[in-house]
Amino acid sequence: MAAFVIRRVLAMGFVLFAVSVLVFLIFNVIPNGDPAARMAGKNVTPQVVEAIRVEWGFDKSLPVQYATTMQKLFTGDLVSYDNRVNVVDEIVRGIPRTFALTIGAAIIWLVAGVALGLFTAMRAGHWTDRLVTVLALVGISMPVFWLGALAAYYLGYKAGIFPNGGYSPISEDGLFSWVHHLLLPWVVLATLFIGVYSRVVRSTVLDTINDDYVRTARAKGLPERHVMTRHVLRNSLIPVVTLWGLDFGLAIGGGAILTETVFDLQGVGQYFAESIGRLDVPPVMAVTMFGAFFIVVFNTLVDIVYALLDPRIRLQ
Amino acid sequence: MTEPLLDVRHVKVDFRTEDGVVHAVDDVSFELRPGEVLAVVGESGSGKSVTAMTLLGLTRSPNASFGGTAKLRDLDLISATDAELRAVRGRDIAMIFQDPMTSLNPVHRIGAQIVEQIRAHEDISERDAMERVVELLQRVGIPRAGERVSSYPHEFSGGMRQRVMIAMAMSCDPAVLIADEPTTALDVTIQAQILGEMRELRERSGTAILLVTHDLGVVADIADRIAVMYAGRIVETGTLDEIFYDPQHPYTWGLLGSITRVDRDRPGRLPSIPGMPPSLSDRPEGCHFRPRCRHEFDACPKYPELARRAPDAPGHLDRCWLSPDAKRERRVMADGEIGLEAGGVTA
Repeated sequence: MAAFVIRRVLAMGFVLFAVSVLVFLIFNVIPNGDPAARMAGKNVTPQVVEAIRVEWGFDKSLPVQYATTMQKLFTGDLVSYDNRVNVVDEIVRGIPRTFALTIGAAIIWLVAGVALGLFTAMRAGHWTDRLVTVLALVGISMPVFWLGALAAYYLGYKAGIFPNGGYSPISEDGLFSWVHHLLLPWVVLATLFIGVYSRVVRSTVLDTINDDYVRTARAKGLPERHVMTRHVLRNSLIPVVTLWGLDFGLAIGGGAILTETVFDLQGVGQYFAESIGRLDVPPVMAVTMFGAFFIVVFNTLVDIVYALLDPRIRLQ
Repeated sequence: MTEPLLDVRHVKVDFRTEDGVVHAVDDVSFELRPGEVLAVVGESGSGKSVTAMTLLGLTRSPNASFGGTAKLRDLDLISATDAELRAVRGRDIAMIFQDPMTSLNPVHRIGAQIVEQIRAHEDISERDAMERVVELLQRVGIPRAGERVSSYPHEFSGGMRQRVMIAMAMSCDPAVLIADEPTTALDVTIQAQILGEMRELRERSGTAILLVTHDLGVVADIADRIAVMYAGRIVETGTLDEIFYDPQHPYTWGLLGSITRVDRDRPGRLPSIPGMPPSLSDRPEGCHFRPRCRHEFDACPKYPELARRAPDAPGHLDRCWLSPDAKRERRVMADGEIGLEAGGVTA
């Protein structure tokens, strides 16, 4: 276990390095990517651009530029090329918003997905099963930005049931306002996953329910409730928990960009999207590292939890 | 004779499928007395496993329909409610399944899986139940049982797992044990040990055993009585000796002829019964074995009752229209024993 974690941490260092190099290179080769030219603005003399280039070190070789950027990132001194705001401060400001959104949505989609999956598995072939199946496919097929825009427009702007976007910290306006602002984004982000999870749970439960040990459990005279929870669900949820950990890591690491933007939550994802629009390399680098970090961490956690849930799996 | 513990009368199981109704079990009747071992034998698809699982209600589904009665003492297992069945399962009737590799839940510890059964039926503390489990595991020959209760199934071999299944089955001291091909998935030396455990169980606690198998070697080892099933029906039933030394039904002749025996000269090629068992959704009229039988004659399209046809053996019943004399004549005698190479069997 300890060896496993150490190896994973080393691997994570490698992944983060590779990702950061890739992103850095991409932003240096794309057209119109010269930061000095964009920082100087329009209608300036080449001398001004050159001065900025020297001042910010854009005249140095790429490896040196990369090293400086990374060093500043880890010392917390990295600032945006665009507005000179400290990148790490911006991310720290966005973290509670992104976490509030993704954690809430992940809980909603897990609970709703498992409940619907179990419901349809128990009624496989029944019309309610087919109805939920169709709804799940509709949920999977709806783009987040479209669903989010519809929800924000009709339920927020038109009907006034929900606030018109924005984030309300608990420390300022209390728990109710926090939930009130997040409810729509939660549901919108969760919709796709509820659809996927209900399908996955349905099929794993139907697989498990015909397993020999479930028949053994019935032959033992266990109450049906125990057969379902201790034997069917306990086994069929192993792949679901795995999937959940990976999806949650992905959502934090960038999957919530659209939802954050549609509802103007000002989280890390929205910051990322805006920075890309401005070809602002430092925040893009920083958020990429942030996202990659969570994705790798959750991958590792999933492996550990998987081994805990299934005794046949050993971490080696 | 003692009262039967389990009295199965005219049990019928049909499954509705897309290809029509499958008559998996048709008019099956037998009795099981305390301490007795009844072996149900037949080839794959003969309905023996369905019969066994139906007794525990494990074949109940929206597509299944049932007929007849199966009385365990006063409770009819066929018409019992789910709650009544649940109370009986594991406590009065326990079951051992064919594949010990998949019959235990891979994510729970061995001990917990048996404790779970005990506590479903008895008001007993976790700790007391676990003590009993350790004792049970010791009894079925699992070394260091005190430690092994916290092992997971994948840490056991197939034979060990089947011992665990037997310990589980014994845990509430059931009156009836149903063993569905308990040794099929095991290698021969382990088979012998598992049969030994079952024999000991019967002797110590007087448990009646319904043994479902296609292995006549296992039957000869342990059974008191035999019921031979073919295409959902019992075609012949009698004591071990009656079936092995005076088989009445041509299908039984074929079955007995197709086993290797160390006490006989080996035939050049092991005899087999020609043809295939009929589809259970489209069975021949009358005797189901008719299309594969060499001795078919004009009575065969009539439905054969399971009845006493041999005059001298009251418990020996079969479903063949041939007269007892014709049967004895056609099973060619060799060396004073039944030469099963001939008769209804092609070599």
